[in-house]
Amino acid sequence: MSQKQEDENPVEETGEEKQDTQEKEGILPERAEEAKLKAKYPSLGQKPGGSDFLMKRLQKGQKYFDSGDYNMAKAKMKNKQLPSAGPDKNLVTGDHIPTPQDLPQRKSSLVTSKLAGGQLE
Amino acid sequence: MAVRLAGWNDIQWCFSQVKGAVDDDVAEADIISTVEFNHSGELLATGDKGGRVVIFQQEQENKIQSHSRGEYNVYSTFQSHEPEFDYLKSLEIEEKINKIRWLPQKNAAQFLLSTNDKTIKLWKISERDKRPEGYNLKEEDGRYRDPTTVTTLRVPVFRPMDLMVEASPRRIFANAHTYHINSISINSDYETYLSADDLRINLWHLEITDRSFNIVDIKPANMEELTEVITAAEFHPNSCNTFVYSSSKGTIRLCDMRASALCDRHSKLFEEPEDPSNRSFFSEIISSISDVKFSHSGRYMMTRDYLSVKIWDLNMENRPVETYQVHEYLRSKLCSLYENDCIFDKFECCWNGSDSVVMTGSYNNFFRMFDRNTKRDITLEASRENNKPRTVLKPRKVCASGKRKKDEISVDSLDFNKKILHTAWHPKENIIAVATTNNLYIFQDKVN
Repeated sequence: MSQKQEDENPVEETGEEKQDTQEKEGILPERAEEAKLKAKYPSLGQKPGGSDFLMKRLQKGQKYFDSGDYNMAKAKMKNKQLPSAGPDKNLVTGDHIPTPQDLPQRKSSLVTSKLAGGQLE
Repeated sequence: MAVRLAGWNDIQWCFSQVKGAVDDDVAEADIISTVEFNHSGELLATGDKGGRVVIFQQEQENKIQSHSRGEYNVYSTFQSHEPEFDYLKSLEIEEKINKIRWLPQKNAAQFLLSTNDKTIKLWKISERDKRPEGYNLKEEDGRYRDPTTVTTLRVPVFRPMDLMVEASPRRIFANAHTYHINSISINSDYETYLSADDLRINLWHLEITDRSFNIVDIKPANMEELTEVITAAEFHPNSCNTFVYSSSKGTIRLCDMRASALCDRHSKLFEEPEDPSNRSFFSEIISSISDVKFSHSGRYMMTRDYLSVKIWDLNMENRPVETYQVHEYLRSKLCSLYENDCIFDKFECCWNGSDSVVMTGSYNNFFRMFDRNTKRDITLEASRENNKPRTVLKPRKVCASGKRKKDEISVDSLDFNKKILHTAWHPKENIIAVATTNNLYIFQDKVN
């Protein structure tokens, strides 16, 4: 009887040890990284891959142009020149009414792709 | 051309060509966003962030001088998409080409579909090598002649001219997607194709631009309940009624269009069970599938998530049949990869012509290949250094931890700005196209 117990205990211990090493090798890196992230950004939400992140993905490309404001401004300044954007072209909020001219100009590529013109090796 | 069934030991990858600018200062427009061989492998198309498409054509092989297979030279280039601004929704629409898919060749002209976030276009690429000369009422430069000066009649004839390759948009498929298009896939019936955005998949007929059928819609009634988005979709290569789509939660759904008009209910759901005790903040993000590709045979499909490539047997839904680790050493870097957004990088994957080897990209301009039969894998680098034509590429190794051996590179030295997201494998030969940020590399199997 006692011999059997002695036999059992070593097996149990080895089993636990094995589990520990597995944890150390497999789970720990990712959990350690998670802990690092939570330490830096404690306010990071409960649902990591959830709504906020996905909503941000769906709203890619959103800019702030209000056609109403633009037309109002155009109507008021019929006879005057439209105010220039000023030194800071990126400032499209606040006192300055954004106009299509002020939005970052996205011109199509007039230049041929470098893949088509570059060196051939 | 018979598919080469060379064993793993026979393949020695050599540098063949590199396209693009050498300078380090990369203009955003030059960032390559898609690479695709056509069905014969003779043509290779690239799309970039500037909305441009460049098509390369393989030279006809010189039978006498068989050092290598033909080189790829520029065949045609055109502006496919322009930047737009949707004033109604205050949305900027990027001109970046998300995907290019070739149609099988039916006549002398070539056709491809190219798409940005919102609009798909069918382009016809045709050759002109003759022009008519000898009109009666027109001068050679096009000016009209005074009819009263015409005293004789002649029959215009076609004369040879320098080859001109023209690209023209034949169809524009617009206004069918509220969200951003991530995939297009041509059906094996060669008449229809699907386009997928974050929440919906539409079915089109190539001839009809003013109508599109919605076949999948996962938009919840209340957007607050949104938990997953569609990340990729593809038609089965042989069954025209079957397609799959992958999600940001790591699942793949196979749908049969014969079952119902709206395929919201899947026929099969492929998902690998996860041990809940392994779950972390990053689990869902790294399980998001960035690409799904059917094998040429149609029996298997491959998915790419952040750290691995998985091969699924269509007959088995509960787990993949093969899993290959692309860069497992990144698991202990997830915190910083989340901070610099690299964890959201969308890597693609591809099969070789015989479905025996799969390839995908990684960081530091490394790319990986996995031989499904021998279970061996290799890491190669796309770099201009030490790359002379027909030089065999040297395998690379990343040292995850501990002592770094002589030719190894440590994880912390990896350049995460040098990412290979897009790769393509010639459908019949061992020729691969690998896109770094703004350069296109072509590698070939060593001949002789």
